[in-house]
Order: sequence, then C-alpha cells, then structure tokens
Amino acid sequence: MDQERKKQLEITAAKVRIGIIEGVYNAKCGHPGGSLSVCDALTYLYFNRMNVDPKNPSMPDRDRLVLSKGHTAPALYSVLANRGYFPVEDLKTLRHIDSYLQGHPVLGKVPGVDMSTGSLGQGVSAACGMALSGKLDNDIYRVYTILGDGELEEGQVWEAAMFAAHYQLDNLVAVIDNNGLQIDGKISEVMSPYPIDEKFRAFGWHVIVIDGHDFNEIEKAFDEAERVANQPVAIILRTTKGKGVSYMENQVSWHGTAPNEEQYKIAISELQAKLDELTK
Amino acid sequence: MEKKATRESYGEALVELAQKRPDLIVLDADLAAATKTGIYKKACPDRFFDCGIQEADMMGVAAGIATTGKLVFASSFAMFAAGRAFEVVRNSIGYPHLNVKIGATHAGISVGEDGATHQCNEDISLMRTIPGMTVINPADHVEAKAAVLAMADYEGPTYLRFGRLAVPVFNDAAAYKFEVGKGIQLKDGNDAAIIATGLMVNEAMEASKALAEQGISARVINIHTIKPIDRDIIVRAAKETGKIVTVEEHSVIGGLGSAVSEVVTETVPVPVVKIGVQDVFGHSGPAAALLKEFGLCADNIVKVTKQVLGK
Repeated sequence: MDQERKKQLEITAAKVRIGIIEGVYNAKCGHPGGSLSVCDALTYLYFNRMNVDPKNPSMPDRDRLVLSKGHTAPALYSVLANRGYFPVEDLKTLRHIDSYLQGHPVLGKVPGVDMSTGSLGQGVSAACGMALSGKLDNDIYRVYTILGDGELEEGQVWEAAMFAAHYQLDNLVAVIDNNGLQIDGKISEVMSPYPIDEKFRAFGWHVIVIDGHDFNEIEKAFDEAERVANQPVAIILRTTKGKGVSYMENQVSWHGTAPNEEQYKIAISELQAKLDELTK
Repeated sequence: MEKKATRESYGEALVELAQKRPDLIVLDADLAAATKTGIYKKACPDRFFDCGIQEADMMGVAAGIATTGKLVFASSFAMFAAGRAFEVVRNSIGYPHLNVKIGATHAGISVGEDGATHQCNEDISLMRTIPGMTVINPADHVEAKAAVLAMADYEGPTYLRFGRLAVPVFNDAAAYKFEVGKGIQLKDGNDAAIIATGLMVNEAMEASKALAEQGISARVINIHTIKPIDRDIIVRAAKETGKIVTVEEHSVIGGLGSAVSEVVTETVPVPVVKIGVQDVFGHSGPAAALLKEFGLCADNIVKVTKQVLGK
C-alpha cells in the first residue's frame, strides 16, 4: 500500500473513531471498546475493498457485510456515514427514541446495513446464506462478516463454520476481532475460545492472522483472501479494545459504557489531535 | 377416504413449485427423508442444501438467502424448527421480516413412538408471538399443498405446520381454494361452534355428524391460518351460536384456543372451551392411540360439546 493511501485510511479511521465517540456519548450508552478495536478493518473494507455504492445501497451485485458482533453498531454506522450513506450528523442520534440508528443494526432501517444482527452467533449464519446464494448467481459478489472473539463461544458460530467449509464458500471472509476481552473479563478466563486459528483450520478454513490496526497488513490479508479457492477465509485481527482513546485501551470496563462529559472531551481531543497530526 | 400425511403434500408441493420458481431453494437439517423435502431433493438436487444437524444455523442461512431475493424454504421437525431455533427465527427472520418459509413437520402428539422429546405441542404458541409471522396449519393433503403454493407467492416470514400421520383427505382438490387468513365454514349450525385446526378438522366434522344424530346442530370451522386469524368468522360464530369449542393438536396454552379466546373476549364474550394437550408432555405410543388418550378425537369433541351445552 502506498503511503498516501495508507495516510488517507488513517485519516478516515480517525474520523470514524470520532463518530463512534459522538454516537456513544450522545446515546449515554453503547459499546465503544469493540467499536474502536474493529474500526480500522471496517474502514478499510468500506473505503478500499468492497464493491458498494452509497447512492444505491441495495445494488444486487454489491459486496455484503454482516456485522455479526452487532453491538459494535457505532463503528458500522460511523463508517457508513463517513462513506456517504447518511449524514455524519445523524450519528449523534444513536439509540435515541426517534432515531433510525437502533442500538443494534437493522436491515431495511439503516442504509447500507445488510443484515439485522445483535444476538451473537447469528450474523455469521446469515453471511453463509448470502455467500451460498451468491455462488448460485455466478459469484457476482463477496460476503464479509465480522465476529467478536467472545462471540466464538456461541455454538452457532461453529455450525456456520462447518457449513461454510462444507459448501466451499470461498466468497466468504470472516473477520475475527481478537481484542481479548468480553463483558466479564479476559476471554481466556471467562471461556477461552483459543486457539482460534487452529480451530478454524480444523474446520477447513484458510486462516490469516494479522495486526488489526496496520493497514498494510489488513490489505495484504484481504488480497490473500481473494486468491483462496474452495475454502472460506478467516482473518484474525489482533486488536486493542478501545484503540485510539488512551484511557479506554485494554480496559474491559469500556466494553459497554459511555464516557461522561469530561471523558468525552478527553477522547475527542485525543482523536482530534491524531487527525490534526495526520492532516497537517 | 384416502389418507395422506401433510408432510408428503409438502414435499410434492415443493416439486410443483420448482417448475414455476427457478429461484426456489430448499434447506433441511438431516431430516429430508422424514420431512419429505427428499422428494424435492431428488427432483432438484442443485437447489437443495442439507445443513446437517444444525437447525439454528439453517434458519440463519435461510435468512441470508432471503436477503438476496430468492425464495427459500427451511425444513425440520416442528420441535427443532420452532423450538430449538426459536431465537434465530425471531431475530434473524422475524425482526428483519425476511421472506423465509419454515416447513415444520412432525408437529404434535401424532409423532407417536418417538415420544415427548419429539412431540411439539408448543410451536403455534411460539411462532404466533413473533411480530409479522404468518402461521399456517393445514388440515389435509389438499389444503397443505394449496397452502405451500399460495404462501410461496406471499411476501413475508411464514411458519407452515405439517404432520407425520396419514390423515383423511376430505377436501375436494378441484373445488378447494386456499386464502391466507380466511377461515372456512365447513358446516352450518347454531347450537355451538366447533373451531378446529390441522388434523382435528376432520375429527370435528365427524363429531358434528354424531351430534346431528343426537339433535345438536354444531357449526364446524376450519382455521388453517392461525395468524393472522379470521376475526370475522369467529365473531359471527360467537354471535350466532353463543358457545365455542376449539380443537387443536397442540397445547391449550397459546395455540388456536388461545387465539380464538383473544378474539371472543374482546368482541362477543361467550364461553370458549379448549380441547388440546392440557399442559402435559406426551409419551411414546401409536399415533391413533395417543390422539384418543389425549382427547383429540371425534368422541371427545362430542362429549365436550354436549357438556358445554349442558346435555
């Protein structure tokens, strides 16, 4: 990836992070930690990889993305808004009673959302269905699904993993946001899904493990994924929960808590400083 | 009278449907031989996908397929389709209101020898509570086949309930027309109304004949669509007969009896007595013997109707 494109992605990701904080702060609740950890991969997908058109969100041959870890809707909404699906200003209405930006993604209500998700383990099955349907239509699109590492504790994920490999869904990529934390603590202590890579390999997937905050590695991984034939691909992102906001990083308490006014100001000033540094 | 299980009708209807719907996809969860989607699998092997023994994933896969605009049927036993996969049906199919047809076979006590783990008497209740879900429980082969074909053209999530047991084919295929949400008055009568669904409809007809011989005029209504329910036909029955007996091969909690009661209590409050599985689990045994034991037969409908009338 050339430096200019990488810089543009970093700028976009910084804006997306600001949108995440604006949304969660104004909602006074929501999930900032996992939204910030998955932010870079989501930004990359919508800005540099997926065949999508914000002016035509239901274009039949568009690439699909199912946010199986639906609680990180603030990240998806912020990416979609920054990509032009709806006004960035609307992010401040997240979770409000009269807003279309529901706490978890809803198909048909939010432009650009390809599937309703939120109940963990279900999105990946829907992504399998989309991928299967795409195969029957001569592979006209690719399907991405994003899972949390804690989400891997859901049995349905492994049903879907078996299904995807069995039907050789090589148009499907599952992105696993391995930030290591879930509500009750470290995933290794609550109910360890490790070794994640070996599990997916054993289920017949092609597995790629990368630094989930390095755009060079992210791009290389998705390039490699497109070259894989007859197998679904799992890209495991090693990430930092709360990435980009100093006091949220690696703190499990920021899984599902909104910042107060003082914390909000610190978060925005940190992210704005990052953005200024990138754009100066 | 010819007998046929409605699961057979389901399999046959899918094959017929494939002729006019090239976008049809059928999923099953390792029960194709029993749900009779195997008939379709044989006819259209490229458009059939076995999900193996994973009902939750199958419902999610069906939802994903539906988002791409294809017509999809997902099949398993009622116990697993409505029971095990309930929350996936609710969140991945119901909430986004996707056009998935759930073909659930082996419903009710007439599963027989497999026993209580497989006798689903709760599915109508579960499916009825999901907003936007249409719930269909056909009475015989003719109705089952017509319902599958009709619901294929209907946009929205639908639960179709079929049985394992071969039951009398009492509808006339040439004359029968399926209209979603419309109850069918099979016999007029003014002393009481017997409102039945599924394989109990034929029993209700038999009961009505026996009652007629005893000078009791019982109206018989077939409710094949439990949701949205035909309020008009129920209100009319309540007004004109004043006494209602509901009959279903399902728990008396949350099924047809409850649905009818909900209408009656809000409109024309008259007594509604519910024949069904009385908040107990079933057990192993031949289907016919079980139906008799649980009071799901013409004899018991006659007895209960007479009790309601104080005779």
